[in-house]
Amino acid sequence: MAELKLTGVEKAYGDVKVLSDINLEIGTGELVVFVGPSGCGKSTLLRMIAGLEQITGGTLEIEGMVMNDVHPSQRGIAMVFQSYALYPHMTVRDNMAFALKIAKKSKSEIEEAVTRAARILQLDPLLDRLPKELSGGQRQRVAIGRAIVRDPRVYLFDEPLSNLDAALRVATRIEIAQLKESMPDSTMIYVTHDQVEAMTLASRIVVLANGGIAQVGTPMELYTRPENEFVAQFIGSPAMNLLPGRITETGAQTRVALEGGGEARVAIPTTDNDKDMPVNLGVRPEDLVASDDPDYLYRGKVEITEALGELTVLYFATDASGTQILAKLPGIHSDMRGKNVSLKADPERLQLFHQGRSLLYRT
Amino acid sequence: MDSIAGKKSRLTWAVNIAVVLLVILWLIPTIGLFVSSFRDRDQISQSGWWVAPLPVELTFRARVDPRDQREENGRFVIEGNVFDEPANAERFPEGQGEVVNFGIRGAAPAEFPVGAVAELRTGGTLSVARDGAFLVEAPDAFERRGPTIYFEARTPPQFTLRNYWTVLTADGMDRAFVNTLTVTIPATIIPILIAAFAAYALAWMRFPGRALLIAGIVGLLVVPLQLALVPLLRLHTSIGIGQSFMGIWLAHTGFGMPLAIYLLRNYMVGLPRDIIESARVDGATDFQVFTKIVLPLSFPALASFAIFQFLWTWNDLLVAKVFLPSGPDFQVMTVKIADDLIGSRGGDWGILAGAAFVSIGVPLVVFFTLQRYLVRGLLAGSVK
Amino acid sequence: MTPMLQGLLTIIVGVSACVGYFYAANLFLDKVLFPGHGPHAGRNINRANRIRPWIFLFPALFVLGLYLVYPVVGSFYRSLFDRSGAEFIGLGNYVALFNASDFRISVFNNLLWIVVVPASATFIGLIAAQLTDRLTWGNIAKSMIFMPMAISFVGASLIWKFVYANNPDIGLINALRFVFGAERSVDVIQIPFWNNFFLMMILIWIKTGFAMVILSAALRGIPEETIEAAIIDGANPWQVFFRIKVPQIMGTIVVVWTTITILVLKVFDIVYTMTGGNFGTEILPSYMMSYMFRDDGRATAVAFVIMILVLPVMIWNIVQARREVQ
Repeated sequence: MAELKLTGVEKAYGDVKVLSDINLEIGTGELVVFVGPSGCGKSTLLRMIAGLEQITGGTLEIEGMVMNDVHPSQRGIAMVFQSYALYPHMTVRDNMAFALKIAKKSKSEIEEAVTRAARILQLDPLLDRLPKELSGGQRQRVAIGRAIVRDPRVYLFDEPLSNLDAALRVATRIEIAQLKESMPDSTMIYVTHDQVEAMTLASRIVVLANGGIAQVGTPMELYTRPENEFVAQFIGSPAMNLLPGRITETGAQTRVALEGGGEARVAIPTTDNDKDMPVNLGVRPEDLVASDDPDYLYRGKVEITEALGELTVLYFATDASGTQILAKLPGIHSDMRGKNVSLKADPERLQLFHQGRSLLYRT
Repeated sequence: MDSIAGKKSRLTWAVNIAVVLLVILWLIPTIGLFVSSFRDRDQISQSGWWVAPLPVELTFRARVDPRDQREENGRFVIEGNVFDEPANAERFPEGQGEVVNFGIRGAAPAEFPVGAVAELRTGGTLSVARDGAFLVEAPDAFERRGPTIYFEARTPPQFTLRNYWTVLTADGMDRAFVNTLTVTIPATIIPILIAAFAAYALAWMRFPGRALLIAGIVGLLVVPLQLALVPLLRLHTSIGIGQSFMGIWLAHTGFGMPLAIYLLRNYMVGLPRDIIESARVDGATDFQVFTKIVLPLSFPALASFAIFQFLWTWNDLLVAKVFLPSGPDFQVMTVKIADDLIGSRGGDWGILAGAAFVSIGVPLVVFFTLQRYLVRGLLAGSVK
Repeated sequence: MTPMLQGLLTIIVGVSACVGYFYAANLFLDKVLFPGHGPHAGRNINRANRIRPWIFLFPALFVLGLYLVYPVVGSFYRSLFDRSGAEFIGLGNYVALFNASDFRISVFNNLLWIVVVPASATFIGLIAAQLTDRLTWGNIAKSMIFMPMAISFVGASLIWKFVYANNPDIGLINALRFVFGAERSVDVIQIPFWNNFFLMMILIWIKTGFAMVILSAALRGIPEETIEAAIIDGANPWQVFFRIKVPQIMGTIVVVWTTITILVLKVFDIVYTMTGGNFGTEILPSYMMSYMFRDDGRATAVAFVIMILVLPVMIWNIVQARREVQ
């Protein structure tokens, strides 16, 4: 049974709909990450699940029970806030015990739960400190500990790492992954705008855009088989190149003539009807390789090179069709600047989009 | 500000001097009152407080006792010291002083400088030395009374607590002090409590009409108190409270309410939203969120409003005049000073200064110890 | 000590009544009226949450309504009646006021106060804020200038009596005049027209610290980069202050100015203590007090005139507040 089920959920402020027709099922033990550009409504969706925002349409079920109008504390969720939201006037111990005290749990029960959570997160020596006496990473752990103490069915994380510096962020990310592994039955929903966090942590990713779900899938699905141009360009960095063109040959493999003059074979089957269809060819910068083959996919002048040591990013001059493409080549290629370079790619790694949607997912 | 370009030593000097002058200008009146409150009442009207540490020349008189006379070469001579006069003993405890001038008439007590020889009207001469020794010589014997010597002597500066003593015992300021406390403390605590709940509702609860209410409270901030006096006094009389402590407590509660709500709401709105939501997720009801989270975190704002309200009720004259009866049982210090002391003790500057310092002492202590909260409250109330 | 005991009792009764009210009302709402469990739990919780704000607000709104809103109406109503309160005389009190020469003097004096006091206090406060901000001992200086804030108007008046007194051995002003060779002392409080300014000085003395504290915080809030940019652009300290800093804190200056203006319309203590309204120093608040207890009709009419003078500021404040909330 699904732990958490959203059916036709929507959120409107007056007449303005910020989220609509959200359908999603999350199973027990999953770690689902919501990603999307800022303003896409991912935090709002999380807060609706938490009960901090009114759900204006559709239903939210947790373990089969409709939770639309249930008080946050009764939903069996716990939330870790972006700013941690530690109560500044309470010690770490009191912070973790607060929810249980409110719920009028017995002293021994509270003590036990706090000790257990503190042990998991190695907070034991800090229990009697105030939040202001803790470092950023420690506060983060207390915030998680506060959630663990409540033993919720679903953990909600709202951008929990965004207040940490880069090094600590990586360390804490790994800690969260380990924590998840140590609690295989707990379900987690995690909101972030950072796709590295999403790719590394998630069992499934939900990409949100324009008030709806753009795609749901495992990280590798999103990377290798994006459903639409938005997901294709959102996942992966630098973003996937899109080159306009036209289908010239159909079959088990498809041949596309590009407006920039190049040509490509793509390992996506098409039918005769698709001939001459205008498409965008999607190719990730890291999949492009330089070649002297006369049968190139793209040919252009390298305008700028960015040498990062392990690899070099080539920025090509904007071509006749108005597109600018990037290529990421392993190694150092600073001598390529100003030269004309031909590029090609493995047909297995190319995508085709028609009117924004991938041809892979045609029904 | 200390960027190299902006730093000029001459300018820094000018700024320092300007600020010193400003501070002196601002402090002088208070220092004057403070110094005067410790001065002897005779000295206050003889020399300015700014020369208080210097001796003051005051006029005294001494009677010459005819019993001390002796005959010498056919003339009657009396020798003695003006400082031995019992009436002056208090001023010159060691019997020592410094005479500057002397005279023989009350109308001109400083007619002759020390060392000069004055002609007595009854015949004979008088001379007074700097150390107070005098010599009277006359051709005839003195009968029942000797002549009176007037002299101007330098008295050492005297600082005394007598003004305070008088103010607190004889003038009923002790009672007024107690009355002021009685008015102030309940009138400070009660409004805080009521306002805190309202401020929480206006800051963190969603309901229709909230924005309108906030605007209304901002409007009420400036309603002149004068408007409330007549209708409320009539209301109090008609419901049986009349002019009483109960009435003034209620009045101060009402008048302090807009500022209290405004200050506290501004502060509470600034508390991190995550903390309050987290408490809700943790299962706290609004009442619990308020008492367990918001109230403890709003302590600085509560403190600053408490200071405001305390200073305002302590210093208030208008509300006390209108809502309290005028007898000494109810007079607070401001009323006491403004109505009683200035009228009856108008010329007694020492008493006035003492009374004023008794009434401003407590606020000044509060001010200097809790200034931090006061400033914070002011900023929350005005800069937004 | 009975009033003290009474006061103590009031605190205990008042505080426990307030706490009791809030606690009991919440309990009643959650447990009895709309219980948060049972068949309609969700609906009940929503309903309870719609009512709860009003429970929190009720005592405050009640007190506000009774002590501030009702008097506006009540005062206006009372001002339409004669001295005894029995006979309706329409705007008779207002007509009588406008015909009274001492009322016109009060209005004129009050306008003088409104112009001079806020302007001087704000200006001196601004200068003091700017100067003290640069000093190592700035905070001590500030605290000294701010100190009169804690002193009552009555206390302040007494303090200034020691400056203005006729006796050159008490009054600082006369002492100074004697130093510069004056023959006679002057009672500055009795010099027609100019005595108003001597009274205003007392309020300026009290309020400058207030202006300084707020403006100094505003000055500190100015982004340092704009000042540094101006210095690099070649502005001298004067130009930095008047052309970069002052325009950026204009909003705060206006707030300070209006706050003091409102205060000027309320302060009666200074005039009452210093001159009792004699020697042509009457202002509206003290003029009103001279009718208080004698002729309530006239007194409320004066109070309402004050209200009308405050009204523009009130409206402006409300507009600002609404903009902020949205």
